[in-house]
Amino acid sequence: MNVKVLGPGCANCKRLAANTQEALKQLGLEALVTKIEDYAEIAKYNVMSTPALVIDEKVLMTGKVPSVSELAEIISKGKVQKPQGGCCSGSGCC
Amino acid sequence: MTLNLKKIGLATAALILWFAFYRSLAPFAAWVTYSVLGLGQGSRLGGAVEFFLYDTPKVLMLLTIVVFVVGIIRSFFTPERTRQILAGKSEYIGNILAALLGTVTPFCSCSAVPLFIGFVTAGIPLGVTFSFLISAPMVNEVALVLLYGLFGWKVAALYLGTGLSIAIVSGWVIGRLKLEKHVEAWVYEIKSSGQQGDGAIPQLSWEARLQAGKDSVREIVGKVWPYVIGGIAIGAAIHGYVPEDFMASIMGKQAWWSVPLAVLIGVPMYSNAAGIIPVVQALLGKGAALGTVLAFMMAVIALSLPEMIILRKVLKPRLIAIFISIVSLGILFVGYLFNWLL
Repeated sequence: MNVKVLGPGCANCKRLAANTQEALKQLGLEALVTKIEDYAEIAKYNVMSTPALVIDEKVLMTGKVPSVSELAEIISKGKVQKPQGGCCSGSGCC
Repeated sequence: MTLNLKKIGLATAALILWFAFYRSLAPFAAWVTYSVLGLGQGSRLGGAVEFFLYDTPKVLMLLTIVVFVVGIIRSFFTPERTRQILAGKSEYIGNILAALLGTVTPFCSCSAVPLFIGFVTAGIPLGVTFSFLISAPMVNEVALVLLYGLFGWKVAALYLGTGLSIAIVSGWVIGRLKLEKHVEAWVYEIKSSGQQGDGAIPQLSWEARLQAGKDSVREIVGKVWPYVIGGIAIGAAIHGYVPEDFMASIMGKQAWWSVPLAVLIGVPMYSNAAGIIPVVQALLGKGAALGTVLAFMMAVIALSLPEMIILRKVLKPRLIAIFISIVSLGILFVGYLFNWLL
């Protein structure tokens, strides 16, 4: 799993990275959390409010710092949603 | 359904309680100051203590309820939705809408750059983007609450009206000046992946919206309360100890240079509205002119050094300088206008 925290390196971005790490641990998932601080890189995800959470190149959350338990829910939902329908179940578009 | 009724009942009770408390703050402050603490009526210390005991809970109570309501309103807006509304609008309407949306779209200055890129790459004109960027920090709920609480609704309305006008006009002027070449070139080269771009109204239950209101109270009031108390404490000291008309010679109407000076001092200062307004109110009581005081406040909260440093990533120095100059001119104009009108 590929986990990214987008944000210019402000206090909120650090908090989000820490909470995400904690949430992943609670879910028993092994993943490296990378911080993306470059604006050009952030802009590629079309994110307009930082910090944002991106898992496997999918933007799951923007503009706030959820608590560890909220994040755990976002992460597990984001993971479950993927196989059901959506563009990735078909062929070609991803 | 019964659960909802119970919740509505609770909310109504809370509101009534809030109102009852709010109404009894003034007599309570007077009672504590003069009866419990035994300070003399009309004494300097008495005046300062009463001012502090009355204004602190008043402002904090107002702030809590307004931030809660604004938090709920904001849950209907996202930067993505604002972008969609603004995309493809003509210049004038775009500037007006951008200034209005700047007041309700969730925005923090750390996100100024991603937002700027998001707007510009979606084809929103530079001037319209600036109308948003000027209005968002300047016309904010904390400033409005403090102005309402400490000066009354007229000053709050004046601030809202002139703040929006400055955002609209400055953005329009920047648009007319055709400054696109002073935006860093890489901004225009970005090709976004296109995901996350929908401008739909965020689908949330009312429960989630109320939670959003609570969260913004926790976040905003939780952050500004020390500034409110500090600002009111300084204001209280000025209120009690600085002689009447002391400010008249420095910040009064007769001193024509007071407005530009207030703006010059205000621009590099970085303080949130919460700390600055109580001080400003106390100054006003000592003979400072309203226009001068409004100009000072706008300069402090609309133009801040950290935001300029952040925006430097996407704007060339020349454009930043033009941006600061145009907004400062607008603020100067407002300052003179009110000194002349009132």
